[in-house]
Amino acid sequence: MIRLERRPEPSRLWAAASPVLAVILTMIAGGVLFAFLGKDPFEAIRTIFWDPLFNEQFASYSRPQLLVKAGPLILIAIGLSLGFRAGIWNIGAEGQYIIGAVAGGAVGLAFYPSESSMIFPLMVIVGALGGWAWAMIPAILRTRFNTNEILVSLLLVYVAEQILASMALGLLRNPDGGGFPGSRNFQQYSAASNPELIAGTGVHWGVVTAFIAVIFAYVLLNRHLLGFQIRLTGQSPKAARFAGVRPNRLIVFCLGTSGVLAGLAGLFEVTGPAGQISIDFNSGYGFTAIIVAFLGRLHPVGILLAGLLMALTYIGGELAQFMLGLPAAAIQLVQGMLLFFLLAVDVLSNFRVRFGKAEVV
Amino acid sequence: MTGNDNALLAVEGLSKAYPGVVANDHVSFSIAPGEIHALLGENGAGKSTLVKMIYGLVQPDSGSMRWQGSPYEPATPHAARAAGIAMVFQHFSLFEALNVAENVALGMEDPPPMRQLSTRIREVSEEYGLPLDPDRLVGDLSAGERQRVEIIRCLLQDPKLLIMDEPTSVLTPQEVEILFQTLRQLSTEGTAILYISHKLEEIRSLCDRATILRLGKVVGRCDPHQSTARELAEMMVGQSLQTPTRKRAEFGEVVIELADLSVPSANPFGTSLKNISFSVRAGEVLGIGGVAGNGQDELLAALSGEVSGPAEAIRLNGEPIGRLGPNERRLRGLLSAPEERLGHAAAPDMTLTENAALTGMVREELARNGFIDWRRARAFAQRIISAFDVRTPGPDNAARSLSGGNLQKFVIGREVLQRPVALVVNQPTWGVDASAAAAIRQALLDLAAEGTAVICISQDLDELMEISDRFAALNEGRLSTPRPAHELSVEEIGLMMGGAHGMEVAHAHG
Repeated sequence: MIRLERRPEPSRLWAAASPVLAVILTMIAGGVLFAFLGKDPFEAIRTIFWDPLFNEQFASYSRPQLLVKAGPLILIAIGLSLGFRAGIWNIGAEGQYIIGAVAGGAVGLAFYPSESSMIFPLMVIVGALGGWAWAMIPAILRTRFNTNEILVSLLLVYVAEQILASMALGLLRNPDGGGFPGSRNFQQYSAASNPELIAGTGVHWGVVTAFIAVIFAYVLLNRHLLGFQIRLTGQSPKAARFAGVRPNRLIVFCLGTSGVLAGLAGLFEVTGPAGQISIDFNSGYGFTAIIVAFLGRLHPVGILLAGLLMALTYIGGELAQFMLGLPAAAIQLVQGMLLFFLLAVDVLSNFRVRFGKAEVV
Repeated sequence: MTGNDNALLAVEGLSKAYPGVVANDHVSFSIAPGEIHALLGENGAGKSTLVKMIYGLVQPDSGSMRWQGSPYEPATPHAARAAGIAMVFQHFSLFEALNVAENVALGMEDPPPMRQLSTRIREVSEEYGLPLDPDRLVGDLSAGERQRVEIIRCLLQDPKLLIMDEPTSVLTPQEVEILFQTLRQLSTEGTAILYISHKLEEIRSLCDRATILRLGKVVGRCDPHQSTARELAEMMVGQSLQTPTRKRAEFGEVVIELADLSVPSANPFGTSLKNISFSVRAGEVLGIGGVAGNGQDELLAALSGEVSGPAEAIRLNGEPIGRLGPNERRLRGLLSAPEERLGHAAAPDMTLTENAALTGMVREELARNGFIDWRRARAFAQRIISAFDVRTPGPDNAARSLSGGNLQKFVIGREVLQRPVALVVNQPTWGVDASAAAAIRQALLDLAAEGTAVICISQDLDELMEISDRFAALNEGRLSTPRPAHELSVEEIGLMMGGAHGMEVAHAHG
């Protein structure tokens, strides 16, 4: 008989080892899946996890893509992790990401074709504000009327998508675009673009901001009073009240911060890699970031690594699609399995597995 | 009856181990029909595990039981009930939104139709002097009345053995007397009673025989009528007991004053505080008694600042503080320690260092410009650990890894070391072994001797009588007028706690 026994203290070893174990289990289960699809499992796993970084033919294209894809994931996930730590569930980062991109992008487009160097910073600020404002809707509804922030933030994603569609087709459509949907291309509008900063690395302002956010979150959680209050509230809301934490302020702070970071991610994406406000520029980063946040165990450094890993599966997945003809759904399944296995092995950090009956001492 | 004895239940060599602790180690005892048998021991001595094995909730690792002479191995409580064993738990399992009859029906194997059941409840409650209206909502009942629901639920099954786990912890002295009369009546009718408690005087007045447990082993058997309370206590604890002492000092100025404090309850089955007024002077200990659920948690929350009210309702050294939050009150010297250790006074998964910072942040100046100085926090945790003899490998261990008594010493020590102007504690020694309890009481008395105003909310009357200068009781959210503790009798205290909640005449006809 297998039993789970609660550890007196959470195991630090297993807390660190369980993501690695989850990746290995995902590879095994993914390999079995690919074998059923009639593909060579070893080749498929290698194509997804190895080739994007080390294959001579593809690596020069894929490697910069790693940071391009990981940047927004990390940026959004860091914001989400603060709230998740405190038990505040922002599921609508995708919406905040879209609104940040639309608001900031709109400011840039309004000044077209000015060459002022103030335009891009202004766009960044408005992008952040846009994400913040969108996140304030669930925050205020929660603190005033005790609505559930999970539902409100999630449903606002669909509202944001409608706004995006309306903007891309109407107000922000490129007047010189011959009637095609989508805004002007920011990459051709240098005062408002977010270019690659170091050629061949994929680093743009969004990636830089993501790294700053990691450091900021690390310091906040480990050294600052607010970070202590966030952790305390997540672990034990009653003890947090006793310690003088004001829950409503924390809700506003956590939702606001994740909104700001998601809005920034949206703005950097739309002005950089995506290039224009199009009807579908958002590639689900806001939702994938939820997986990244948990895969990284809600720890800033963990999220950094998890963001890179998740980006790898995206790039490797695309590679596997056109090299091996794997269906896109199989790739998504692998990403889902990663979270599934992580949550499953997570049990090991708080419990130990015992075989057989308990002995009498 | 077969075999060489006429025991109703014979327990032979029962053992049960949990990871890291042996809850029962070869425990043997027997109960005769109609006997009231006490199972005596401190918290953690293994009483609960033992009765859970008898009631089929826990399976023993080794040993055997015989019921009326035949082997008895209950796999589930259902099997135990079928054999004729009933149990009243310390914590009630009742639905507040259902009425008495519905609650009783839910606990029965094969409930009769509702109307018939209500009639049976009335009959049994009159027969045993436990008045209870089957149509009342359980949410509206006092703790004593809720216990009656549980007892009647058991009695309807005509048990041969009734197990009662710490039944008096929620009762006033008058209600205890009514309960005892019922239990004696049951005993004369042939029902055996296994009575679990750590209250010595009760056992001396009620029980025929006692089995004493310490650290999972039987350490003594005696006739409680023939032993003194002190003998029983020393058998239970295994050492001679130190009674807390205090240096009697003159009281100073009024430190904390409540004037007409009313706080509406946040949930429908909570207790609202109504017009609470009292004052405590420097160096004085005010003991606040009362049956559980009469506003103790609410009073602590109102004093700690978790719930705020009108500014003028609470004054500390003359300054109105009723509207301030917990940390603003801490800054002014009003500290508190709630009853629930894990999850309220301390965060279970956080380290002792982090838990020291939980309330020590302001007064110990553990944060500068919003950044926490973890070295200082760790040093503060270390000071608590050494000053209060907290048994733990060090301040980096999680709060939940500590035993109840050690964590309680940490929680109380954390506040005491911050040199409070006024300290409020709720159930400071609940679930704590006797030596840790004595240390905590001594710390509270020492604090008072240095001029702190101490408010001790507790359901343990012995504790309150031992340390209080004045005594008041909470009853349905109202506080009685505080009176000097030394001039009060047990009867008067019971009446201050709400008497028998209007049930004094219960046994008049019987």
